[in-house]
Amino acid sequence: MAFQILLNVILAYTWMFLKTSYSSSAFFVGYFLGLLILFAFRNYFSGRFYLFRVYAIIRLIVIFHRELFLSNIAVLKVVLKPKLDIRPGIFAMQTVLEKDWEITVLANLITLTPGTLVVDVSDDNKTLYIHAMDIEDAEDVIQGIKDSFENAILEVSR
Amino acid sequence: MTEIVKGIAAILILFGAFLSLVTAFGLIRLPDVYTRNHAASKSATLGVMSILLGAFLYFWAEHGHFNSRVILGIVFIFMTAPVAGHLISRAAYNNGVALWEKSVQDDLKGKNSQRQIEK
Repeated sequence: MAFQILLNVILAYTWMFLKTSYSSSAFFVGYFLGLLILFAFRNYFSGRFYLFRVYAIIRLIVIFHRELFLSNIAVLKVVLKPKLDIRPGIFAMQTVLEKDWEITVLANLITLTPGTLVVDVSDDNKTLYIHAMDIEDAEDVIQGIKDSFENAILEVSR
Repeated sequence: MTEIVKGIAAILILFGAFLSLVTAFGLIRLPDVYTRNHAASKSATLGVMSILLGAFLYFWAEHGHFNSRVILGIVFIFMTAPVAGHLISRAAYNNGVALWEKSVQDDLKGKNSQRQIEK
């Protein structure tokens, strides 16, 4: 991905030299033309066309913010409820992610999910130990949410 | 236009202050370290973030002053707050702080004692 962006910047500079105009607007025109060229030659790269990956990253950021908002509503409900009837607990979750940064992002996402908090990551990076605010109704829902998180992260790293 | 943005900024700042207040209530009411950590690491994050965003919008609309440091502050808080929550609860668990007595499940129990024996 970094290589494709670098190539795109170099193409933009080539365009500026061809035009002999060194303004930011010439750079953007060249960058856009370079984007078209990279899209035309996308089969020659080992990875995907990099705009797809940029789109996946943006989607991940949107998910981050949505979860942060929802988890605040959930905490609000628990704290302001007159009767304290939560049933907390720690459960283990297997993860398919392997690289360190993927697991970090997943742990941060889970921490910001409604009612869950990562307590520990096992030494072999395969299991996350998660403290849940309300364990019985959580299990299934959380498993579903995490499948979507893991997929979103895989979409970026693939 | 300026008035609308000022209104949005006021709503954001009030919302952030309200969330910080709820965090304080949560720290008092909730029973153990881990559940308190839920309140502290989530509500406080969004509270401070929306207060900063409100301040940023106000100075932009009222004085035409685009303060990029506030944006950087929002990004830094967003990145560091969940990590801080995770580290505090992990340190508490490894030091043997007990869960609340009404907790139903503890999958980490065996693993953790195993690790302590290894040390």
